[in-house]
Amino acid sequence: MSIEEENFQKNDNFKLTMLPGAFAKRMRTCVVWQFIRFMVLNIKMLIVVSKSH
Amino acid sequence: MARLVVLGGGVAGHTAATFAAKWLGKEHEVVVVTPNSKWNWIPSNIWVGVGQMKKEEVVFELAPVYKKAGVIYKQAKAVSLNPEGKDTSDKPFVTIEYTQEGKVGESEDVEYDYLINATGPKLNFDATPGLGDGSGQMGTNTVSVCTAEHAVHASHELEKCIQKMKDGERQKILVGTGHGTCTCQGAAFEYIFNVEHELKKAGVRDMADIKWISNESFLGDFGMGGLHMKVGGYVVSSKIFAESLYAERNVEWLIGAHTSKVEEGKIEYELLDGTTGEETFDFAMLLPPFSGVGLKAYAKDGSDITESIFAPNGFMKVDANYDAGAYENWKASDWPKTYQSPAYKNIFAAGIAFAPPHLMSKPMQSPNGTPINPTPPRTGMPSGIIGKAVAHTVCDLITQGEGAHLHEASMAEMGAACVASAGKGLFTGTAAAMTVYPVVPDYDKYPGTGRDTKYTFGEVGLAGHWIKHVLHHMFLYKAKLKPGWALIPE
Repeated sequence: MSIEEENFQKNDNFKLTMLPGAFAKRMRTCVVWQFIRFMVLNIKMLIVVSKSH
Repeated sequence: MARLVVLGGGVAGHTAATFAAKWLGKEHEVVVVTPNSKWNWIPSNIWVGVGQMKKEEVVFELAPVYKKAGVIYKQAKAVSLNPEGKDTSDKPFVTIEYTQEGKVGESEDVEYDYLINATGPKLNFDATPGLGDGSGQMGTNTVSVCTAEHAVHASHELEKCIQKMKDGERQKILVGTGHGTCTCQGAAFEYIFNVEHELKKAGVRDMADIKWISNESFLGDFGMGGLHMKVGGYVVSSKIFAESLYAERNVEWLIGAHTSKVEEGKIEYELLDGTTGEETFDFAMLLPPFSGVGLKAYAKDGSDITESIFAPNGFMKVDANYDAGAYENWKASDWPKTYQSPAYKNIFAAGIAFAPPHLMSKPMQSPNGTPINPTPPRTGMPSGIIGKAVAHTVCDLITQGEGAHLHEASMAEMGAACVASAGKGLFTGTAAAMTVYPVVPDYDKYPGTGRDTKYTFGEVGLAGHWIKHVLHHMFLYKAKLKPGWALIPE
């Protein structure tokens, strides 16, 4: 059963939010995509750090 | 020769002392007074608390590091300040009481020219009956991850709980805040997802009911009044972002809750609508509220002037606007910039030790008058940045004289990065990585969200998890003053 069919039925609070689909979940652990995101996140965080000093 | 005394050796105090020692050289003295013999990278206590890291991996001995830096180190706790000196001398001093083995209980007056108060918080467990043991320490009903020792204890208790599940006994797990005025929801948020991850790994997730309890009025408030962040091309409220993470992991939540009493296996709570209730648990990690460490202050004639230097919650008053009044009047400019004491110009506060002008979250209370709202977070990145700015100011005052420029580090003009991991394995864990800019919402500049959505974003995945690993090693490297440490940003 997909996560949305399983979890949305468990709790009324759960029904009012969003859940990741299969593609979004796969991308979270896709090493190539995550390596790109790692570089992007590092750059963005460095910008935030530099703006904070 | 001038002497700077730094009270506290946490993120803010350690940053301030080490930079001051580097900038001042041997011509001036830097003294650190801290009751702990070890430095602790607190964000990684979460991994210790689920048994994924050993205590030794998140702490190190301070004495050799301070020796290398040329810092005079006194393992002691500060008891009181005499900012005007005493009847026989005008030299201000701080009275300390040693905690070092062999000198326990001995006291000493340490004179100073400049003082940085970076004492951090007192973990006020006793604010909630049953959360503390009545003598200021954590009680036996729940666990905590606030210190490395607490985290080790939490890990052992969690292990017992997992064993019971393996033996077929269903367990109820409760994680969150142990009082209506707690802060640092982010730490508990990270812990609950690590617990959930460990249960999955152990193959017992279906044997556990996991519940979040918090003083936030909505999930994702984080003590910052929530935030709007860029997620997948949308600008999304942290409420949706957080609720999604909980729903995905089948973790229920109870919010707007003040934990009023803790007993073995049971808590009592009051909600924002005034109703009360109970929750049972087999394992509970509830954070305590913070207060100042209880420093007293005395004038030259010995009279008590604590109230003129410290706010009623024990945190030190600095250059903030403490008279902003109602929520509608709050402004980003209320937040302090230089962290200088208005009463004594040679005293500064850094990190958690400074008294915030007001909350960041909307103030809330139940119809019974119980305040149920998170207090502002001032940990991690802001603490380090403030510690460095204050050290810079003091060094300039020492080397250039009283007219020197006071360096500024307002939390309304600084960002923060927060990485909440789940799991520790390089390819098996994930993390919710968030940055917020600025930490304190500025509705004059950003009328809709209070923050710059170009730099306020959130993302879930391995990338954030790797960043958490990098931060762990990078900040321990920096704190140990290894080659090039000063180049690593706070």
